[in-house]
Amino acid sequence: MDFLNAIILLLNYIFIPALTYGSQLALGAIFVTLIYGILRFANFATGDMMSFGTMIAILFTWYFQSLGISLGVLPTALLAIPFAVICMILYMLVIDKFVFKYYRFNKSPPVMLAMVSIGVMFVTQAVVRIIIGPDDRRFFDGERFLIKAGEFKEMTGLNEGLALKSTQVMTIFITVVLVSILFWFLNKTKTGKSMKAYSDNEDLALLSGIDPKRIVMITWIIAGILATIGGVLYGLDKSFKPFTYFNNMLPIFAAAIVGGIGNPFGAFLGGYVIAFSEIFLTYAYKKFFMYVLPASMEPESLVQLLSTDYKFAVSFSILVLVLLYRPSGIFKGKVL
Amino acid sequence: MAYFEGENMTGGYGNGPDIINSCSVKVERGEIVSILGPNGAGKSTAMKAMLGLLNLKSGSIKIDGKDITKLSPQDRVKEGISFVPQTKNVFAGMTVEENLEMGAFLVLDDYRSIIDEIYSLFPILREKRNQLVGELSGGQRQQVALGRALMIRPSVLMLDEPTAGVSPIVMDELFDHIVKVKRTNVAILMVEQNAKQALNISDRGYVLVTGENRYSGTGQELLNNPEVRKSFLGG
Repeated sequence: MDFLNAIILLLNYIFIPALTYGSQLALGAIFVTLIYGILRFANFATGDMMSFGTMIAILFTWYFQSLGISLGVLPTALLAIPFAVICMILYMLVIDKFVFKYYRFNKSPPVMLAMVSIGVMFVTQAVVRIIIGPDDRRFFDGERFLIKAGEFKEMTGLNEGLALKSTQVMTIFITVVLVSILFWFLNKTKTGKSMKAYSDNEDLALLSGIDPKRIVMITWIIAGILATIGGVLYGLDKSFKPFTYFNNMLPIFAAAIVGGIGNPFGAFLGGYVIAFSEIFLTYAYKKFFMYVLPASMEPESLVQLLSTDYKFAVSFSILVLVLLYRPSGIFKGKVL
Repeated sequence: MAYFEGENMTGGYGNGPDIINSCSVKVERGEIVSILGPNGAGKSTAMKAMLGLLNLKSGSIKIDGKDITKLSPQDRVKEGISFVPQTKNVFAGMTVEENLEMGAFLVLDDYRSIIDEIYSLFPILREKRNQLVGELSGGQRQQVALGRALMIRPSVLMLDEPTAGVSPIVMDELFDHIVKVKRTNVAILMVEQNAKQALNISDRGYVLVTGENRYSGTGQELLNNPEVRKSFLGG
């Protein structure tokens, strides 16, 4: 019985949260990796583009709520996603047209484009703060829990409760569906393959008659979808605060690099690698050991390797280790 | 008038000096024409001019009597001109079959039959169809590169040093493949360093020196020309 309690404990505090957080990171990481692979620069505006998309989704959510529209048990934000995605794509295409296009056209080195993206990051950040402000906002409505900890305890008679939040299930489900569609698109359709070809060898792609303008546009469209959905899912699950989104850029970049930058499938798995490492290393295992060890060996301390304040240090360390020992990532990507 | 011709081409890269000076190159369908010359003679540049990769100051390029001097490289691909660059001429991270599919990007109808034709031309590719091109040998990669270029059923095929960096045995094999392609009524224009072997399979050749036509003639004539032999073929 104690053993079962220990498993439920890990499921509740490590496995499910990590899977959720990993999915959110994975969407961001695929966004980073696509931009890097096809437009050939590290997009430092990733985090703030995600917060921009989320902000629009929140504005639409408020609008729908004011009209009295809701999805019942599901959050209204889901209804706002398609509208937010469209606005996000427009925003990205406008930025591309007025900012990135010039540097791409002049064949600027990638580091210059990365610097330009930092400029875009500051502007986007400012726009978000002007429109919605820097505060922490919760925009979740509907049914919070699928299974409540208390109900679970009653049902099973265990000491440990398993709480399953609807946002967790939603995040994992939407990520799996979205990523499956994306991989099908990239690997099976002619347009997707031509994107891969363009990322692989730009000059030869041009010689084969692949239209670079179209590739760039489709890349931003996919990026807009990923950024908005990733951002909204994160905001629903936790809360929306522009600064947190900016901070999330570190684990997102770490995920993309761990997976092999330029490789979307690597980025997808990289998201989970980072999320699980962060949570594994910052979880306090005291209760777990209380269940599995005999009473005499009960630990005195919290058995926590790192304080949760250091969770960014975990992704940063992974990033450094990968860059030192395996710069092409776990799954072969481009060497940075 | 030849099927594909560049007449009195003069130009260079960007605003730099002229690399080719009133250079003329002609090629008929079903013919292999080699451009030879010492390093820096403008061989590759002449070919790139015909592909539209540099702006000409004067001269014209025609295919089948149609003037294409002003067209972009992409539009020339649509006219049936295919180009195999010297380096990075395959999509290394994609499979053999995907490489061929990308070659057929502009082909709107069913290209399965073209892929089958390529496979019968280069049987090894059928065997390796699902392998990543980056994992193939140098000679096999060159076959993929040729195959990709042939997917649009080109009337003109331009090869920039197809045998650079492959072993002598593979080189002979590649030249055999190029002759096979020629028999499908394609006009082939190539730049080569291995002048002797190239002239052996060429119908005609041009020797460029400092961007100008110096000698031209059939492969045999050039091989027998004492001056050409002395300067470029090692005696």
